[in-house]
Amino acid sequence: MAGYLVLGVGFGILLQSKGYSFLWAGVMSLTIYAGSMQYVAVDLLSSGAAVLSAALMTLVINARHLFYGLSMLEKYRDVKGIKKLYLIFSLTDETYSLVCTARPPEDVDPTAFYFWTSLLNQCYWVAGSVLGGLLGQVLPFDTTGVDFAMTALFVVIFTDQWLTRKNHLPALVGVGVSVVCLLLFGPDRFIIPAMVGIALLLMLLRRQLEEVAET
Amino acid sequence: MSEFAYSAVLVAVIVAVTQLTRFLPFLLFGGKKQPPKAVLYLGRVLPCAIMGMLVVYCLRNVTPLAAPYGIPELIGVVLAVVLHVWKRNTLLSIGVSTVAYMVLVQAVF
Repeated sequence: MAGYLVLGVGFGILLQSKGYSFLWAGVMSLTIYAGSMQYVAVDLLSSGAAVLSAALMTLVINARHLFYGLSMLEKYRDVKGIKKLYLIFSLTDETYSLVCTARPPEDVDPTAFYFWTSLLNQCYWVAGSVLGGLLGQVLPFDTTGVDFAMTALFVVIFTDQWLTRKNHLPALVGVGVSVVCLLLFGPDRFIIPAMVGIALLLMLLRRQLEEVAET
Repeated sequence: MSEFAYSAVLVAVIVAVTQLTRFLPFLLFGGKKQPPKAVLYLGRVLPCAIMGMLVVYCLRNVTPLAAPYGIPELIGVVLAVVLHVWKRNTLLSIGVSTVAYMVLVQAVF
């Protein structure tokens, strides 16, 4: 959870360095509430991305949420009303890994446990973002290069996944197809062909990968 | 379109698509229906591949054949990986490599 606070501060500073105040940081963290996507959103906003390509980028980056949802169907089945809506809305990477692995204490209602965990997580994230935006305004030093926080974030998640999984083929497919598309289409247009290429190649490799995944 | 309107529209679209990815599974499979096998398969392999794609996306404007030859990025990425394999502390890896990168691009290159 402290992680969310710090990453939020990073996001706020980054957004501020592109000329968007702490209010933008706060609103984005309240409404989008997706860590890595918000870092990419800074990039999209500051480069004036087209609306359609922003939508596609969001879809691809957040497609993993589809699978978080699938694995939480059972746990959240009996939750009703506004609490259920909020639990689904707030299913980020961090929250997912918490509600998925942590066991609610015996004497606590599981729904309440999931709900407060999710809410507290978002409070940390929003507070961090606003704080970062404010800090960004008063920081006495040059923030050139602070965008590297986004690169570092993805490199670290990539490394983490690499270390915790036996089969590295999906990761290699992701990097390989992207590099090829980058060379073919250039930095401004490679992302959509890369997404399509990755999905196709993974479907082609399904038989091999499925065997490994099930053992 | 003013810059404010553009930014607001872009943020709204990102909100809509993000929340679509969160709500869709519950809308489609909230009943008793089982998701297709292909969907479950992609769910296992896609996250790693997409993270690889995002790393490439972040480094897309690096120029390996012209100054500064991607050296600050290379140092930053290597530092993040080494620190992370060693300490497994996300914040430490991100913090140290970002500060190192900032020093490199501001003071060295």
